[in-house]
Amino acid sequence: MKVNIDKCMHCGACVGTCPQNAVYLNDVVLTFNERCNRCGLCVKTCPVGALKLEAKA
Amino acid sequence: MKTDYDVIVVGAGPAGSMTAMHAAKGGARVLMIEKRQEIGSSLRCAEGISKKGLDKVEIQVDRRWVSSEVAGAKIVSPNGSVFRIDERQAGDEVGMVLERHLFDKAIAAKAAHVGVEIKLKCSATDVIMEKGKVVGIKGIDNGEPYKLTAGCVVAADGYESQVARWAGVETKLKPGDITTCFQYRMTNLKTEPDYCEFILGSTAPGGYVWVFPKGDDTANVGIGVLLSKLKRPGEVKAYLDKFIKKDPRLNCGQPLEALAGAVSVSVPLEKTVADGLMIVGDAARVIDPITGGGIANGCMTGFIGGKVLAKCVEANDFSEKMLMEYDAGWRENMEERLYRNWMAKEKFLTLSDQTLDSVIDTLSTAGVDKMSVFNILKAIKEKHPELVKEFEDLI
Repeated sequence: MKVNIDKCMHCGACVGTCPQNAVYLNDVVLTFNERCNRCGLCVKTCPVGALKLEAKA
Repeated sequence: MKTDYDVIVVGAGPAGSMTAMHAAKGGARVLMIEKRQEIGSSLRCAEGISKKGLDKVEIQVDRRWVSSEVAGAKIVSPNGSVFRIDERQAGDEVGMVLERHLFDKAIAAKAAHVGVEIKLKCSATDVIMEKGKVVGIKGIDNGEPYKLTAGCVVAADGYESQVARWAGVETKLKPGDITTCFQYRMTNLKTEPDYCEFILGSTAPGGYVWVFPKGDDTANVGIGVLLSKLKRPGEVKAYLDKFIKKDPRLNCGQPLEALAGAVSVSVPLEKTVADGLMIVGDAARVIDPITGGGIANGCMTGFIGGKVLAKCVEANDFSEKMLMEYDAGWRENMEERLYRNWMAKEKFLTLSDQTLDSVIDTLSTAGVDKMSVFNILKAIKEKHPELVKEFEDLI
């Protein structure tokens, strides 16, 4: 998952929405763990469009 | 075994502070941790609440954290007609607009005054489990990893609701039960300073645009859109920007603050306790599914939960069985109302702009003197019984 830190407002909308509980917000830093299954719900939830699914490596 | 604390509350919002305060009042050794560097910040709230909502949890109104009092509400239909509810005696859903950054600190201060220890910039990253029971938390305290044990961990971590999930209680929401929000605090507006305004229809699919006065020409101007109605990233902010641009009362304004967030508009959790775990506030999904209001309900869960925790301390028993008194207590207080409003939400998000126009037209002629979802639904039941058929018994 790619986080645009210039757009992210650290609101936690993606954290609570994630069905896998794979997102963690430590005050201002968003991290995604291995439970992320690329469902993309967080991308749609983000009120400011700060998240983007990266192409699979 | 001696624990570090009787109760550790994760999250210092109003629900967390209320839980901490009432547990400590009853003699519990309480730690409340907040991952942010300031209680009440950053804000994720439109800040509307009723006086009654605060009375019920015995919080006395203090002018220092009230931004403005409102005379009523205006519900605006898609075609612009206005259904106005006037009431000097404020009702259930709105009545005051708070300064949440001060309100949250004031409730936390009340907790501190009865002995609650507070740590800032202290996050939880997992719960510690032993034989299926929650026995503590681990996390990062100002950069240093820590582990602490407690008789009960209170999940007051808001919409994110991660603590409960770490402990094995499912708090996952469906996209149709999530509203994504964006708000500006704006100034230099030409809106009415005495009314909370709710603008319905396709400008905010499955939700509404709100204008909540913050004194003089300043207001919280925000939007909530149902996640299941969203198609593109960043659409929520775009919906609000578009709305502001075309409204002459708003497009003369300038922003002072921007905030984002999400709220649950679901039915509450099926289970809010486990051995060594209590879930309160937004984390328990007790936000009103119609209004999106959660301050009063969150405070109520803390008010009930804290008192139950004090009993648990006395009995030295933090089992699920003992904590069930909390689960039963908040359900008795609000569960039926939350179910009714969830059913109303499910119905109303299916209505076209034309139907909403006609409902609001008939409501304006019917008149509702007290501003509450219940009273509005009652009026709808009289004039448009077909819209509330599925849950008419609850009205």
